[in-house]
Amino acid sequence: MTIATLYAICGVVLFGIGFYGVVICRHLLRKLISLNLMGSGTFLVLVALAHRTPGGQPDPVPHAMVLTGLVVSVSATALGLALLRRFHGETQQTELPPLTAERKDPPQAAERKEMDVA
Amino acid sequence: MSQPKQTALINIAFGVVVAGIIGVLGVAIFSLPREAVGLSAAVEADLDRAGAKNPVTAVLLNFRGYDTMLEIVVLLLALIGARVLTTADASSDVKQSQPVNPALLGFIRIVAPVMIIVAGYLLWVGGHAPGGAFQAAAVLAAMGVLLKLGGVHWTRNLSKRGERLLLVGGLTVFLAVATGVMTSQRGFLEYPPPAAKTLILLIESAATISIAAILLSLFSSGTLRDVDSQVFDDEVAQ
Repeated sequence: MTIATLYAICGVVLFGIGFYGVVICRHLLRKLISLNLMGSGTFLVLVALAHRTPGGQPDPVPHAMVLTGLVVSVSATALGLALLRRFHGETQQTELPPLTAERKDPPQAAERKEMDVA
Repeated sequence: MSQPKQTALINIAFGVVVAGIIGVLGVAIFSLPREAVGLSAAVEADLDRAGAKNPVTAVLLNFRGYDTMLEIVVLLLALIGARVLTTADASSDVKQSQPVNPALLGFIRIVAPVMIIVAGYLLWVGGHAPGGAFQAAAVLAAMGVLLKLGGVHWTRNLSKRGERLLLVGGLTVFLAVATGVMTSQRGFLEYPPPAAKTLILLIESAATISIAAILLSLFSSGTLRDVDSQVFDDEVAQ
């Protein structure tokens, strides 16, 4: 096992932990952090696997992709946080409502239809 | 079955699923060849004409310049989203007029100029060693955050137009250069090799300032200007 593989495996484990968090955690902030963890795991895999070149110099293309990805993930996180703050401001909730509660809510759906017609 | 017990069971079951996914991905990584050249040979071959000696910068700004340009667009889109979403509460909980710790202010006075120099160095060194526009922008944005937390209102006199110019300037310069090279019978973003270094440096300098401004506004609920300067009120009035 080379150092590159070790780092790549770490990245995969991070991705797994993040995936678990995104699905299982109820709190939206935790979901967002988990999503970031998934992204970091992916970046780690990309950077590690770029180091398998025979010379000492790593493959620059995955590195450039990671650099792009980092910035996109930062902006996505910021947008997610803005959404979360707005959601919290509107509903005073930090968790999404369960699916069952949404289903027995016919008046709201009817209202929406009326608005569409208008 | 009680509710918590059911939840715990679901958690464990999903944990097993995730462990399976990790296992499959791990096996996939182990079964990859020990050595892979990837695209480094292709990058190496054209590095002389790229205008940057650092392969990562060459890939970012030249070979895959389209990616980098759209990345700035993504940043701007996120900023617009954040701005629209947070206008309602206008970050009333972030802005506070409590007295600033003098030790913090002294610290900022020492650190802020150093950070500007570090950002400039990172921008310049990106041509031949690790560094570049994004790293420099991150340092500049960090300085902006520090100033904001320290209660230094350096954007107080920034006009609405000035703010927008700061935010979109990088993208504008990038687009102008990308289309400008088309006048000399070249493709979109296909820099002429002799001028490549100058053009890349020009794009990177503009992009650094814009990216830093965007990151800073993402931090301060979508606007560079002070929220108490009633930017939202007069926007509504128009």
